Amino acid sequence: MSFMNWIDERFPATKVWNEHLAQYYAPKNFNFWYFFGSLAMLVLVNQIVTGVWLAMMYKPSATEAFASVEYIMRDVEYGWLLRYLHSTGASMFFLVVYLHMFRGLIYGSYRKPRELLWIIGVIIYVAMMATAFMGYLLPWGQMSYWGAQVIVNLFAAFPFGIGEPLSVWIRGDYVISDATLNRFFALHFLLPFVLAALVFIHIVALHKVGSNNPDGIEIKKNKDENGIPKDGIPFHPYYTVKDVVGVGVFMIFFLGIVFFWPDFGGFFLEAPNFEPANPLKTPEHIVPVWYFTPFYAMLRAVPPMLNSQFPGVVVMFAAIIVLFFLPWLDRSPVKSIRYKGMLFKGAIATFVVTFVALAALGTLPSTPTRTLLAQIFTALYFAFFLLMPFYSKMDKTKPVPERVTK
Amino acid sequence: MSSEGVDLKKRRFLTASTAVVGTVGAGFAAVPFIASWLPSERAKAAGAPEEADISKLEPGALLRVKWRGKVCWVVHRTEQNLTDMKTLVDKLADPDSEVPQQPDYCKNETRSIKPQYGVLVGICTHLGCSPTYRPEVAPADLGPDWKGGFFCPCHGSFFDLAGRVYSGVPAPTNLVVPPHQYLSDDMILIGIDGGAA
Amino acid sequence: MKKLIVGMILALLPVTGMSAGGGGPAPLQANIDLSNHASIQRGAKLFANYCMGCHSAKYVRYKLFTEVGLSEDDIKDNLMFAGGKIGDLMTIAMTDEDAGGWFGAPAPDLTLTARIRPGGADWIYSYLKSFYVDPSRPLGVNNTYFSNVGMPHVLWEMQGIQTPVYKYEIHHGSDTVAVFDTEAEADAYLKDKDENHRLERVVDRLEMAQAGTLSAAEYDQVARDLATFMTYIAEPIKLERQRMGIWVMLFLVVFTVLAYFMKKEWWKDVH
Repeated sequence: MSFMNWIDERFPATKVWNEHLAQYYAPKNFNFWYFFGSLAMLVLVNQIVTGVWLAMMYKPSATEAFASVEYIMRDVEYGWLLRYLHSTGASMFFLVVYLHMFRGLIYGSYRKPRELLWIIGVIIYVAMMATAFMGYLLPWGQMSYWGAQVIVNLFAAFPFGIGEPLSVWIRGDYVISDATLNRFFALHFLLPFVLAALVFIHIVALHKVGSNNPDGIEIKKNKDENGIPKDGIPFHPYYTVKDVVGVGVFMIFFLGIVFFWPDFGGFFLEAPNFEPANPLKTPEHIVPVWYFTPFYAMLRAVPPMLNSQFPGVVVMFAAIIVLFFLPWLDRSPVKSIRYKGMLFKGAIATFVVTFVALAALGTLPSTPTRTLLAQIFTALYFAFFLLMPFYSKMDKTKPVPERVTK
Repeated sequence: MSSEGVDLKKRRFLTASTAVVGTVGAGFAAVPFIASWLPSERAKAAGAPEEADISKLEPGALLRVKWRGKVCWVVHRTEQNLTDMKTLVDKLADPDSEVPQQPDYCKNETRSIKPQYGVLVGICTHLGCSPTYRPEVAPADLGPDWKGGFFCPCHGSFFDLAGRVYSGVPAPTNLVVPPHQYLSDDMILIGIDGGAA
Repeated sequence: MKKLIVGMILALLPVTGMSAGGGGPAPLQANIDLSNHASIQRGAKLFANYCMGCHSAKYVRYKLFTEVGLSEDDIKDNLMFAGGKIGDLMTIAMTDEDAGGWFGAPAPDLTLTARIRPGGADWIYSYLKSFYVDPSRPLGVNNTYFSNVGMPHVLWEMQGIQTPVYKYEIHHGSDTVAVFDTEAEADAYLKDKDENHRLERVVDRLEMAQAGTLSAAEYDQVARDLATFMTYIAEPIKLERQRMGIWVMLFLVVFTVLAYFMKKEWWKDVH
């Protein structure tokens, strides 16, 4: 081991390995929901690597972008695979992160002392949305173009006369154009590395406070004579080998879509996006990609007030901003849903239905009935968060055991 | 936590086999990334064999054709040129084309399929400049012994009309003869050996 | 409450039809087979002869068809009328500006039509079979699957000429309350109805007015070959992708099973 000694005197390799893997004690009762953190990292790596490779062949210009994507799909060896890995990976990233966030929600992983960990996570989520939005413009298809047009126009709804200049500044033009595409490409290339840095900070914060678990018990409160948590096991090898199994199952699912159903019925690759962007012709029905549709549904649910779309925009952004306050909205004496009462469980169940329903409504053209439904669900979405201080306190909780359960 | 009653042999075997299979998988995963750097169909199309119409190529004249982004010359040598070329043998570094800078069917005196037509890649074998065509005999700047050929202005290398390099110049080898074939008396296809098209 | 739930479900149901644009009746079944190289080859020839006068397939290289059993000489002799190289893209001489002047709109590139149109091959097949005489249109034809289509029926000599048989529907709000075979019957019905009732003429079916050079079955095959060809060029890699996918899946299953047993072994330590 003299080689390792030589390294360790110059770089804390063994120390880092031990602190974060071999002697990082994680609760032994992690379940299914604890796969999604490592899977999210895997997908981020997939997005960065395939993305860098695609950037080697893609042309960020309005005249060449669409053709360069077809060039990748047809002329480049395995270009189709790199592209499908990237396009499917984008949807997988959101799927995995939504499940990861849901895990935090049900087991109270945002509660003290993990408030900052949660907030960093929400920042990652926001950065992901920005990255995905800019990336979606790059194929320069009809849906890319008009989707970006609609979203950038949201900024035009800002009042006090700053909206219009703001949207023009974002586009660098009066419509979505070559200038917009070029800057979105630059930022779409940059942001994933910012994301990677944020993920690093997220993990540093996690390893400071330690992992939560399905029982919501602080395992550090119950240590043995060596100072090792009685309910903790070293992350490596136990959770590394477990995560490998998770990776295998996930890859079957992920690559199954890539190789057999990359369009995913129009949800991952939308049919109008196989038509080059045409500033003179709007597709009949513009929808954002599925991972944005809950927020899009909320945007559409709010009617214009005082001749302005601004209230809808505010509601949409508020739906994301409210997530930052979650750690202080939950007043329950327990963390995990396992020991919370019917009130909180009912609220979570309603929230799941609400989120899925909003996502579905966001993909559909609006009708009066659907708008009404979207309004109801928007109200329910905010009620879940804003009423939490009350129902979480009133809720009848169960006693939390000393040690983690199976 | 304890390792009592654990079959360590089985554990080692399973860990090793998972690692091996995983490594193989990583190897497969690398294939698309590596393969995507190969010339694409577009590059291959652009680098496809190029036709050269020599029906209007006068004796003594030179035709330039672009193949795979490189300039190729078709030079129509006169009878006088062919006679002169024989007299240069002593001054050349590799008069018999021993260095494989040409397809086998061009390893001959004129480095060509038909003696009067020479096909050459017009890139100096020294550092990649494109030599100039100097067909005139004994011009002032090249001296009385010049029988026509190619002169590379970058570093002063000389080649004869068959692309054979002179001794004592920076260029180490003869100019490259690209694979080519005659589609008809008037048409040369540069970029592919005969019989394969 | 029950009503509300049913209403909610109904409102969310048509997710699958979300991208259905252009309207028209449900497409006919083309029953294409992408592994049928003969069909793709016939489709390529039809495409080069009948479509490429106006439409390009500018992301496709002619060389692609060496993948479906054509030799380079076959391709040059049968598909490339303007000469050129085997690696050339399937472009056409007509510019968008020309086409815009002649037909009012540029003829779209057809490379990806099978991926743009809902139903893909089925839509193309239906469309090619559903031109009918409509004197109100500038080119004298219309199409059941593409109302007010801006292109002539280029395959009419093969198919023949179809005329529409209309039916007359009485609408009240969004409901259809009655359907008649003739306009006179519909008018008679409308006489004592209020102004919320509207008469609409729709194409019920198409009838062959003048036979073409091909039988109906032969023409169906022409439409099918073109649909197969266009589906192929929209994603030439599709079948290979699926073949590769099977090996990838098998590999991953082996890996995951091994990893699972490895995990089980290690976790024997954890009590």
